[in-house]
Amino acid sequence: MEKVIAGKTIAVNDEGYMTDLSQWSPEIANELAKEASIELSPRHFEVLEFLQNQYKNEVPLTIRRVGASGVVDIKEFYALFPAGPLKMSSKIAGIPKPASCI
Amino acid sequence: MKRLLILGAGTGGTMMANHLHKELDKNLWEIDIIDERQIHYYQPGYLFLPFDIYEPEDIIKPIKKFIPNGVNLINDKIEKIIPEENLVKMANGDQLHYDLLIIATGNDIAPEEVPGMKGSEWQKSVFDFYTFDGALALRNKLREWEGGNLVVHITEMPIKCPVAPLEFTFLSDSFFKEKNMRDKVNITYVTPLSGAFTKPKATETLEHLLVEKNIKIESDFAIESVDNENKKIIDYAGREIPFDLLVTIPTNKGNEVMARSGLGDDLNYVPTHKATLQSKKHENIFVIGDATDVPASKAGSVAHFEAEILTENILRYIAGEPLKETFDGHANCFVETGGGKALLIDFNYTHEPVEGTFPFPGIGPLRLLQESRMNHMSKLAFRWIYWNMLLKGTHIPFISTQMQEEGKHFN
Repeated sequence: MEKVIAGKTIAVNDEGYMTDLSQWSPEIANELAKEASIELSPRHFEVLEFLQNQYKNEVPLTIRRVGASGVVDIKEFYALFPAGPLKMSSKIAGIPKPASCI
Repeated sequence: MKRLLILGAGTGGTMMANHLHKELDKNLWEIDIIDERQIHYYQPGYLFLPFDIYEPEDIIKPIKKFIPNGVNLINDKIEKIIPEENLVKMANGDQLHYDLLIIATGNDIAPEEVPGMKGSEWQKSVFDFYTFDGALALRNKLREWEGGNLVVHITEMPIKCPVAPLEFTFLSDSFFKEKNMRDKVNITYVTPLSGAFTKPKATETLEHLLVEKNIKIESDFAIESVDNENKKIIDYAGREIPFDLLVTIPTNKGNEVMARSGLGDDLNYVPTHKATLQSKKHENIFVIGDATDVPASKAGSVAHFEAEILTENILRYIAGEPLKETFDGHANCFVETGGGKALLIDFNYTHEPVEGTFPFPGIGPLRLLQESRMNHMSKLAFRWIYWNMLLKGTHIPFISTQMQEEGKHFN
């Protein structure tokens, strides 16, 4: 599927997760965040950058690993991305929905 | 003489001892297996113990009964593995050199990971059923409990046997109905996942069953702490769920030895090649069962399928041949749904559980992802198969190591 956001066309799956990280930009992140009623701060972007790096290095993401990363603790992670922070932050970071599920 | 050392005499380690005892040349190889415990627990039985369906003696037997003659069983605690020197250090100071190492140390609960979980209410109103002691304490509690809010809770994934918490929930519903007190019990199922299970099609079926049995589901719940005084669990978003009886699945972690040896990830699971079962770091170390980090279910059936492939790969490794990349993540699990019924799921890394027939395509006799009495009878019969065939490494007729796609209704 395709979606037009911040004046750009991006590829997304049926749940709205971007399927091509190279299409991501901070402007797109801002718009995706607005859809979830979040106003992004520099702190948000630090977390998004961490998530993208983990994804590029093929490290599976879990809330525990984000919390232990030293970038953000779990409490703050929830404060930044309320209700389901891992899924929401992944969506805004332009990476796939985390499959912590086996 | 070369030495093959197996760490852990649970399901995976015992199966490997039996397989390799048959396959390896006794003049060239010594096989040793180490476990600090004396007892082999039939872990699927932990689900039935709290409801007085199984007695303790149904699920415990001596480890040594299942280790073949000619394999040396060492009953001691492991201190550390030193992979650079091919050494295992024991707590008593002994050092064992190995040529080939199989890690089969499983996983265990770690309730201390969540503040308050192992607090003043532990085994009073907060219970686990993933240990023998926990399941037994919960049985004693359930015998006298008069009702209230029962909360069944998963702390975080991955856990051993991801369907067990749901099975516990369904069996609770039946248990209280049989005791004529279902109207006195509210059952809530609390999960960090977005739905009842990890795979979409099975989640649909299982959520339907939860609704049918009047069980409330609370999803996306990432627990922060247990409040012992007010008997509530609280998540990072501030959501609170009150309980009178909390049955929790604590964080699951691999063995501490892996952390001490620098062999584990953040949960002490050993990074393992998912198709060959060789350690990613050391080529003479192989890993089986719950101890691996492979993205398959942590379950006895998975260890069983892994054992068949690992045996072949160890023989290939010894012969200097390339390893076979054939483990597909195959899992096969009976899911108790209460009232003397169960459903069966069969899946792997790439194919989620769907409806169909098993093990014979189009015939069955077992039905996949549908409740039946025959599935339940098969689950009970499995205990005999486990003690008498599976641990001994006997191939189970008609059950293929790799998942069959035939007979399954994929879209």
